[in-house]
Amino acid sequence: MKIRIKVNGNWREDDVEPRLLLVHYLRELAGLTGTHIGCETSLCGACTVLLNGEAAKSCTIFAVQADGAEVTTIEGLGSDGNFHPLQQGFWEEHGLQCGFCTPGMILTAHQLLGRNPHPTREEIRHALDGNLCRCTGYQHIVKAIEWAVEHSGSRQESPTARSEATT
Amino acid sequence: MATKLLGERIKRKEDPRLIQGRGHYVDDIKLDGMLHMAFARSPYGHAAITSINTEAARNAPGVLAVLTSHDLKGRLGQVPCAAGMKGLKVPDHPCLAVERVRYVGEPVAAVVATDRYLATDAAALVEVEYDMLPAVTSMDKALESNSPLVHEKFGDNVAFKDNLEGGDWKTIEADPAVKVIKQRLINQRLGPVAMETRGVIASYSPGEDTLTVWSSTQIPHLLKTQLSVMTRIDEPRCRVIAPEVGGAFGSKLNVYGEEGVACFASKLLGKPVKWIEGRRENLAGTIHGRDQINDLEVYFKPDGKVVGLKCRILADMGAYFQLLTPAIPTSTPLMILGCYDIPCVSVETIGVFTNKMATDAYRGAGRPEATYIIERAMSMVAHDLKMDPVDVRTRNFPAPGKDITMATGVSYDTANYQKTLTKVLKLSGYSKLRKEQQRLRKKGKLLGIGLSTYVEICAMGPSSRMPAGGWESGTVRVEPTGRVTVLSGASPHGQGEQTSFAQIVAQELDIPFDDVTVFHGDTAQVPMGIGTFGSRATAVGGTAIYVAAQRIRKKMARIAAHKLEVKPGDVVFDGGKIQLKDGSKSVTFKEAAEEAYMARELPPGMEPGLSETYVFEPPNFTYPFGAHVAVTEVDENTGEVRLRNYFAVDDCGRILNPLLVEGQVHGGIAQGAGQALVESLVYDENAQLLTGSLMDYAVPKAHLFPWFETANTETPTPVNPLGVKGVGEAGTIGSTPAIVNAVADALGVRHIDMPLKPERVWNVLKEAAAPGGKAS
Repeated sequence: MKIRIKVNGNWREDDVEPRLLLVHYLRELAGLTGTHIGCETSLCGACTVLLNGEAAKSCTIFAVQADGAEVTTIEGLGSDGNFHPLQQGFWEEHGLQCGFCTPGMILTAHQLLGRNPHPTREEIRHALDGNLCRCTGYQHIVKAIEWAVEHSGSRQESPTARSEATT
Repeated sequence: MATKLLGERIKRKEDPRLIQGRGHYVDDIKLDGMLHMAFARSPYGHAAITSINTEAARNAPGVLAVLTSHDLKGRLGQVPCAAGMKGLKVPDHPCLAVERVRYVGEPVAAVVATDRYLATDAAALVEVEYDMLPAVTSMDKALESNSPLVHEKFGDNVAFKDNLEGGDWKTIEADPAVKVIKQRLINQRLGPVAMETRGVIASYSPGEDTLTVWSSTQIPHLLKTQLSVMTRIDEPRCRVIAPEVGGAFGSKLNVYGEEGVACFASKLLGKPVKWIEGRRENLAGTIHGRDQINDLEVYFKPDGKVVGLKCRILADMGAYFQLLTPAIPTSTPLMILGCYDIPCVSVETIGVFTNKMATDAYRGAGRPEATYIIERAMSMVAHDLKMDPVDVRTRNFPAPGKDITMATGVSYDTANYQKTLTKVLKLSGYSKLRKEQQRLRKKGKLLGIGLSTYVEICAMGPSSRMPAGGWESGTVRVEPTGRVTVLSGASPHGQGEQTSFAQIVAQELDIPFDDVTVFHGDTAQVPMGIGTFGSRATAVGGTAIYVAAQRIRKKMARIAAHKLEVKPGDVVFDGGKIQLKDGSKSVTFKEAAEEAYMARELPPGMEPGLSETYVFEPPNFTYPFGAHVAVTEVDENTGEVRLRNYFAVDDCGRILNPLLVEGQVHGGIAQGAGQALVESLVYDENAQLLTGSLMDYAVPKAHLFPWFETANTETPTPVNPLGVKGVGEAGTIGSTPAIVNAVADALGVRHIDMPLKPERVWNVLKEAAAPGGKAS
């Protein structure tokens, strides 16, 4: 099946098997390996991406279901020297160890802050409940998100992030 | 020295690539012509294979090969076990099952295809006929004479027996004042559940006869040796690369059958072969942790002095041995006395075969079990004597000091247990908590306060006491540009040694932190190594690098002094310069580096180049310790447990980077809390795995935890020149008993088994409320 998906600000067209999962589409066809696979069952959240600006678990969505949609992966969030405040927060507060859950954590947190720019610690933990981390015990992740809350607004938004804001 | 890096909160060098999703884990690596492998696995816990029909799979689209044990026979070696102990029964462990399957998830056939979806499709077409056999999952039943046998040739299910005795038991048994508590403790089976499952790419080049393997492993060098033995490809032609590794916790301190089969398939087909484990495969077929039954007897006096400890440890091996399976429970008796001066000990350890996945090293690996036993014992004594658990512990601490020898024969490097306890009591506001508990009890509310004052073994370890070498290598190479390359044989996977090792080298050479780059994980780049496990990377691997950096410093001082026409002892390193103490003459660090390679004005007889490798052999283990306090609330109606507060004071020796230490402690506490509260791998009596997905196996989520309040004391170890002990497992070791002690305290019972799920707690509450119940 032919599909068109806007990935990190750029439209691409592919001919895919109907059963191809969105996560494999992103990793294998788009070459964006920052989106990880931890369970294939929507339980761990490592595969979280933004689908039309909403956090979604790409391991249980078919690529064809995203036809016409905009997808933002971790690669579309920020870059060297211009990190998204969430990325910077994870760095500042040691919000990651092995880094495998990190892209999903960051994108889930992105949705949280979009909906609730000043969450309490309890609200942050609640928002992270669909994302598992086995390394950090979550505390530094909570601090990383708090860092981003304190420092957001001080950064030039990336084109992708801008386009999300208008959708 | 101007640059102060050690002891500072320094952000990680690893992070910029990882927060952008630009690191490469095994599954992120693509090679030309790469094929994909999938496995057909046993759905039964114990069965005879009567036939395997691979025809449909072979004819499926995209399939290049279907392999069974028949194809591997005589061509691929078995899954290795490095543990060697007297009388150990070592079962055959083929990479693909031969004639019989002995646990759910055991690989039976491998399918190689052009695409991962096609490989998975075809694996489902492998037709295996089984005759189900009686299975055994309970260790008690496995030891009965009429039990089904996991390995018939052994005649029973006992893998090994081991005894440890110490002290004068006669005196204790003759003393009428001595009381005894007898209690069975269940230390349940756990899944390590690293967020990245296992994965391997094997790439054999027929022309060069070389094998390159990317594996999500903690031990690239050991894996290289073992894969060479298994595949019979000459070791110099083998290379293993551990790329980014997405967590491991001991589960990747191993050599797995799937890795061997991937190498075999790549050699057979002349193309790279990738296998990525699914999460269901991970829960069934990656090693499990813990799974001990401890029949404990604690001998104590009315004043709380514990005088003896007896324990029979049943340790579930599972059906086969992985790399260290039988060695893991042997750490338990060694640490069973914890940090207490207990004169008598008697431990029998029995390794038991069952129809389950092999157990092996999981964060703590035998020590959490020991700490659970002794810390439960201390709190049970306090419960029975109606004493404060703080007082029981204090009464049994040895005097602070060095080289404290226990009745187990183990000698602890440093000990100051009262110091961490006092600090955590202050941090937690312990006496206020006790008052709050009294107040709440009057209202019928159940608040529990639990302690654990643990000691553990780290920095593994002296080679004489390790199954496969306990040293670690470190190379420091100053390049002609003056930039510094560091190579470590330790293979960290999230612990952050690219940062801490750079701190060590940059401080020693007084150069900018950014000038140092640390590499690890590639056997072609790092000459030799052991790996990261047993809280060893910094204490052993970091020491190797520290000594190598000191040697570089000496050599550079000689080069600079020769150039300046002064004595080497007269120059100092200062902010990228090597100069006379008064600064009157200097060369830059870069000039000295360049000279080492230009080699025109080197001191007579000096070897050109600027690279030093040191292999550190630790003279002893280190024995970090700490004191943790958990505060739990128990809902008296539902049995639900809430971990309300957690306080930890850990002494991991000298701290190189507090940020990294906090991260290790937090993650460790969370994993230990997971065992105490929610985690349990369950097999039914037919050896069917009931917790085979993350729907059924509970990995703790963010909301389970309170804010961890952590602090440290720093007692440097004399075992290595950095004074570092290790901290990777401390949190896990300390937290499990602290939390169980807190819940037992809330319920007012001597003991309750893990995990502390509402149903179990509710049943205890119900029992206590019943007429004649324990708490009535």
